Amino acid sequence: MREFLTKFRDPEIARALIKDVRHLATRVADRLGRRVVLMEVCGTHTVAISRAGLRSLLGDLLDLRSGPGCPVCVTDYADVDRMVALARLPGVTVGTFGDMVRVPGSDSSLERERAAGADIRIFYSPADAVAWAAAHPERELVFLGVGFETTAPAVALSIKEAGARGLKNFSVYVNHKLVPPALMALLEDPEIKVDGFILPGHVSAIIGRRAYSFLEAFRLPAAITGFETNDILEGIRQILKMMWGKEPRVVNGYTRVVREEGNKIAQREMAAVFRVGDASWRGFGVIPGSGLTLAAPFAAFDAAARFTLPPVVPRVPAGCACGEILKGKLTPKECRLFAVACNPTSPVGPCMVSSEGACAAYYQFERHYGERANHA
Amino acid sequence: MCLGIPGKIVAVSPEEHMAEIETFGIRQRISTLLVGEVAVGEYVMVHTGYAIEKVDVAEALERIRLWEELLAHEGVFDEVPRSGDRPGTD
Repeated sequence: MREFLTKFRDPEIARALIKDVRHLATRVADRLGRRVVLMEVCGTHTVAISRAGLRSLLGDLLDLRSGPGCPVCVTDYADVDRMVALARLPGVTVGTFGDMVRVPGSDSSLERERAAGADIRIFYSPADAVAWAAAHPERELVFLGVGFETTAPAVALSIKEAGARGLKNFSVYVNHKLVPPALMALLEDPEIKVDGFILPGHVSAIIGRRAYSFLEAFRLPAAITGFETNDILEGIRQILKMMWGKEPRVVNGYTRVVREEGNKIAQREMAAVFRVGDASWRGFGVIPGSGLTLAAPFAAFDAAARFTLPPVVPRVPAGCACGEILKGKLTPKECRLFAVACNPTSPVGPCMVSSEGACAAYYQFERHYGERANHA
Repeated sequence: MCLGIPGKIVAVSPEEHMAEIETFGIRQRISTLLVGEVAVGEYVMVHTGYAIEKVDVAEALERIRLWEELLAHEGVFDEVPRSGDRPGTD
């Protein structure tokens, strides 16, 4: 592992790539008469870019914007409220990936419910949640199916396994979301001006490069990008090269993991268990065809149908710009609450709660870079 | 949430669709259901306990080779052209 990963973090290579990126960005920005705007649509990229200091290092030439790439952050208030309602049901244990625990709903979070006595368990893998349900037949285990195409195949397999084992006490609150329809929603919004997309590496491992071919109709360059610093610089370099050459395409800059067709086994498992449906995203509202629902043979595992939940009336906290930040319309520093009323120890919105949220990443790694926006 | 862990396969249990990977000295049992057959010595990308794809080492080495070439040719770009230059053909 070490033998080749070190090269992907090698500072000498990074220096050469930065030089090349700056050279290309200077030419392109000069031609545009403004900074080049690139958006990363993966929360793991958001953190990696902030941690490496690339936003400040390249900030004079490139405006690196964060998009709707953190699955926890794009989870709608109404869905968090329903997850909280599930946790309050007697006899129910909520199983979840760790990221979801602190996310605020309208008036509570899973963390607060746990403090109030709810049984909420963090599982690294949905397979562990199935094993836990099998070992505790006296409890109803509801797993929160959150995440993009990266987590959906593992959740699909866990549902199949629960079915094969005849488990009657395992169900999933399906809240998965799909990346390509969100890109489409961004492109169709006239207020969002992006010159190119830094595409998520592990979502792409599942769906493949070809899944993004619709971007070509928008004449927008995009690069599937890995997560090491040099991977990210390479992705940016490839987008800038396409911009300079006026040849927008979707290129695969993460060929060691991503294939043209993606992972066909994973796609097959997802197609067996799920059907594509509409989904509501924080900041966007409903995006058609951007979510998953359970296919008929697995309908019995649908927690939303299994349990009767009280109606939810979502309330967005006053002043929180998370929705606009997820669309890249505002940067975290342009939110009035950023680093004032909203910080990681007392977060107001999910973008500050989740470690992958843009606000949390900017707060941790780059809150002292540049001036805070002037709201006068 | 899409943070993956790359690891080298150090043991396989094909009948259980499981394998053991090692990443920087740490070992972990993972499911291979999403990648099919794997062999000891191969690299995989792991997410939530499942290998989601095999890592193509030849592709990784090719990328490194291209970067080392870039390092060797540094200095080519010291002169930054201004607008009016014709786009490159690369």
